Amino acid sequence: MASQRKLILKGSAVSRLKILALLPLAVALSGCNYVVLAPAGDIAAQQRDLVIISTVLMLLIVVPVMALTVLFAWRYRQSNTAARYEPEWDHSTKLELVIWSAPLLIIVCLGALTWMGTHLLDPYRTLGRIHADRAVDQSKAPLEVDVVALDWKWLFIYPDYGIATVNEMAAPVDRPINFRITASSVMNSFYIPALAGQIYAMPGMETKLHAVVNHAGTYKGFSANYSGSGFSGMRFNFHGLDDKGFDAWVASAKSAGGSLGRAEYLQLEKPSQNDPVRRYGTIDPDLYRLILNMCVETGKMCQSEMMAIDAKGGLGHEGLNNTLPLAYDKYARRGTTFGPEPSFVAGTCTPDAPQGQTTASIKAPTDTAPLLGAGLKRPAFTPLKSSFFLGQRPKSDS
Amino acid sequence: MSPDLLKLIFGRLGIDSLPLHEPIVVGTFVVVALGGATLLAGLTYFRLWGYLWREWFTSVDHKRIGIMYMILGIVMLLRGFADALMMRGQQMLAFNGSEGYLNAHHYDQVFTAHGVIMIFFVAMPLVTGLMNYVVPLQIGARDVSFPFLNNFSFWMTVGGAVLVMASLFIGEFARTGWLAYPPLSNIGYSPDVGVDYYIWALQVAGVGTTLSGINLICTIVKLRCPGMTMMKMPVFTWTSLCTNILIVASFPVLTVVLALLSLDRYVGTNFFTNDFGGSPMMYVNLIWIWGHPEVYILVLPAFGIFSEVTSTFSGKRLFGYTSMVYATVVITILSYLVWLHHFFTMGSGASVNSFFGITTMIISIPTGAKMFNWLFTMYRGRIRFELPMMWTIAFMLTFVVGGMTGVLLAVPPADFVLHNSLFLIAHFHNVIIGGVVFGAFAGINYWFPKAFGFKLDQFWGKMSFWFWVSGFYLAFMPLYVLGLMGVTRRLRVFDDPSLQIWFIIAAIGAVFVLIGIMSMLMQFAVSFLKREQLKDVTGDPWDARTLEWATSSPPPDYNFAFTPVVHDNDAWWDMKRHGYQRPLTGFKPIHMPSNTGTGVILAGFATAMGFGLIWYIWWLAAGSFIAMLAVGIGHTFNYHRDFDIPADDVVRTENARTKLLAGVK
Repeated sequence: MASQRKLILKGSAVSRLKILALLPLAVALSGCNYVVLAPAGDIAAQQRDLVIISTVLMLLIVVPVMALTVLFAWRYRQSNTAARYEPEWDHSTKLELVIWSAPLLIIVCLGALTWMGTHLLDPYRTLGRIHADRAVDQSKAPLEVDVVALDWKWLFIYPDYGIATVNEMAAPVDRPINFRITASSVMNSFYIPALAGQIYAMPGMETKLHAVVNHAGTYKGFSANYSGSGFSGMRFNFHGLDDKGFDAWVASAKSAGGSLGRAEYLQLEKPSQNDPVRRYGTIDPDLYRLILNMCVETGKMCQSEMMAIDAKGGLGHEGLNNTLPLAYDKYARRGTTFGPEPSFVAGTCTPDAPQGQTTASIKAPTDTAPLLGAGLKRPAFTPLKSSFFLGQRPKSDS
Repeated sequence: MSPDLLKLIFGRLGIDSLPLHEPIVVGTFVVVALGGATLLAGLTYFRLWGYLWREWFTSVDHKRIGIMYMILGIVMLLRGFADALMMRGQQMLAFNGSEGYLNAHHYDQVFTAHGVIMIFFVAMPLVTGLMNYVVPLQIGARDVSFPFLNNFSFWMTVGGAVLVMASLFIGEFARTGWLAYPPLSNIGYSPDVGVDYYIWALQVAGVGTTLSGINLICTIVKLRCPGMTMMKMPVFTWTSLCTNILIVASFPVLTVVLALLSLDRYVGTNFFTNDFGGSPMMYVNLIWIWGHPEVYILVLPAFGIFSEVTSTFSGKRLFGYTSMVYATVVITILSYLVWLHHFFTMGSGASVNSFFGITTMIISIPTGAKMFNWLFTMYRGRIRFELPMMWTIAFMLTFVVGGMTGVLLAVPPADFVLHNSLFLIAHFHNVIIGGVVFGAFAGINYWFPKAFGFKLDQFWGKMSFWFWVSGFYLAFMPLYVLGLMGVTRRLRVFDDPSLQIWFIIAAIGAVFVLIGIMSMLMQFAVSFLKREQLKDVTGDPWDARTLEWATSSPPPDYNFAFTPVVHDNDAWWDMKRHGYQRPLTGFKPIHMPSNTGTGVILAGFATAMGFGLIWYIWWLAAGSFIAMLAVGIGHTFNYHRDFDIPADDVVRTENARTKLLAGVK
């Protein structure tokens, strides 16, 4: 009787173990999409590999620690008087060596892995391969995509095709994609888990990402950095298509007919939530650069221009007067209570030259004496409010 | 009245600032108002106001201040946890086209408030309270170095908490996430009062935290009893020292970065704006230069608590005391070299990223060493599974998982796919709940008999323990899973119905934690009712090892009638073994600091000033500021700062204890 019961117990223990062994499989098969662990792009796949290798490396030490915790807690419980009790034992040089060197060894391995992995998977690095066993096809140019995070939707500009889309993106399978990423107002994070890791999208700044998709399919993309009330709706579909499919997609965007110029962009960038997919067949080729330099509005000086002027010595105090009141900045932007009215730096080029295009050719005098400015004429329009700190200066004759 | 006059008096505060259109908030307000009114009426009816004012609010006794910190932490835990439940509820419901029950305006405030409250007004007060209570006792001191400053620090922390609570019913809280990154938190994108509440709540509370840090450093450095060299200090005192050094070195960074943000918001500077040369990235760097040490500010004292508990309940000296101390110091220093791992994805180069990734991993070496030290303290011990030890074992098993996922997130390419995902949320709750919260509960169960003279009830303690631990796993393991599915944080609605089951499990976990919290409150109530049964007259109910157990429970106002002399790092254990005899004669008058209401008044004005600045009520802000200066200067003319406890009183107190001890034997 007793042995029978033992047998039954053993049997149930075995079946319980079996169930435990099946658990990960069951979870994996339950229809959930572990996209981080099963991505469709080579970069994300390599990142996944790093996740798994690092986890296994750490489990080498974590599992023994957990096992020992349970073992010691059980073995040295108060009621177990058979266990050794040495209340004064508090040091062992040998053990100390193990205690410090075991984690150290793991971290040495992991550190080396980190250094290599971080450099090889640097999002700014162009791709050397498109798949574990395929090098990049040098004959095909990478697909250039300019991404702008707006409130609260994504704008994708395809400069080589002259099209743009909102909240939808596509790319041909196995062709490297070069993303240039910026934002219109606040920080977001551009993330397509199936394709590659994320990178922040920030106003007035450009981040880069290089990636490739290996399997055709439709994947999710979204913002991974909270950006305000419409954040939850900043989702888009990313289509991995074969070459033919991609051409058809481009053609459909072309035939959509809409045009995205500066005026349309200024309308588009106003806050809106859960926007539908939009396509534009023609675009202002300069638009992305203007967005990046925060000078889509006419009359606003581009950041690139400012930097070029500053690099030559700047406008000096004259520059402080070179501001105009800000009419519109996404939300009804309010001025601070004690500060000056919101303003922006006025462009200094003549109206017929496109804003900012003259960046490279701006020639400021070499005189860098700060009080004299760089010799640029004051803008023809009068600033509404003088500078906050210095007040109105007498008109310079330079 | 003319609009101008109204504006002069009330700033931008108006009837429409009250969230009357939010039924949930109105309901909460009614409940809180009724509860508050009952409490106030009760206090008045039982004539407790005078008692509370004289014995508690104005007290400069580190023990009473410590207890008040703990009460603040537990009260705010209820608020912070209510926010957590609301989030879990929203994320569980908002599927299949449903918008859930919270609109974006409300939901975004909820998750911001949850983070801010849990870190600044739950974890910090719990940790500071334990340090305040225990450290002077552990080093054989009569009080902290600056007792009045201690009282002032506490009330400033309360002031910050009051501002956060006020935002619930007057206006709104920030909708930016708990670190309020610009440009979103700048005036252009958050023109309302929410971010101003955030700024001034943290500024007011931050003053308290910084001053309390200075106070405890001085206490530990200057007030140790004879014989207690640095390397004979209890480990909890060591971790407290390191924590307070971190506080003093990092909180000024927070103060400055918030000051710069308020300059941007109030006078139109351009530190963190998009245009005019501002750099939002600078804010992100600065806030994390404070933010990462903050994590260690919270967890180091918890490590100290676990060290005391493990050693006491294993009936054994702490294994590797020296390496424990060095590990703590190494963590303290390294915690300043890792801040960038919070934003690998902001586009730093690979070399910068890997530098910060590797420094982060290096921290896991001393932390791992600590883990082994606790393990080998248990080895060949006689472990008593009292509540504090149960929390410690739960910590050890839970924290290693959190540590592992933390190191995983320190690998930059891995972080690129997991950053800002629910995996990250699961990770930091795993270390903060598994480390700091479990540590605080271990500490509460461990030191409660010291503070009140009776133990906490076992049954409700175990209820609380099991519900908390299982609730934690139920609530956060699904979040790890969701993170691997690429689900990001702070989402209000979802489109993929297959995710819903995981959010339901997480919500069930949150309910378990709720039962855990309720059980803890029940534990306090039941223990109070059964206080005669649970009474401990020895002052040393756990057969413990450090000096705080050498005095009575609760300790007399002066802590120790004679300053103890220490010969070993387990001072009390050593005294017990060598047949220590309590001195029974020769008592002298004891010089003690006097209570003062100045701290309450100053903090009250600081809070009023914060309120005035938030609502642009300039007369209130300026008036409170001037009043604060006046009271501060006035206090320097207060010459009644100290008194002597007469020798007769000391004799009476000590004789009473002698009688109690004799009754026991």
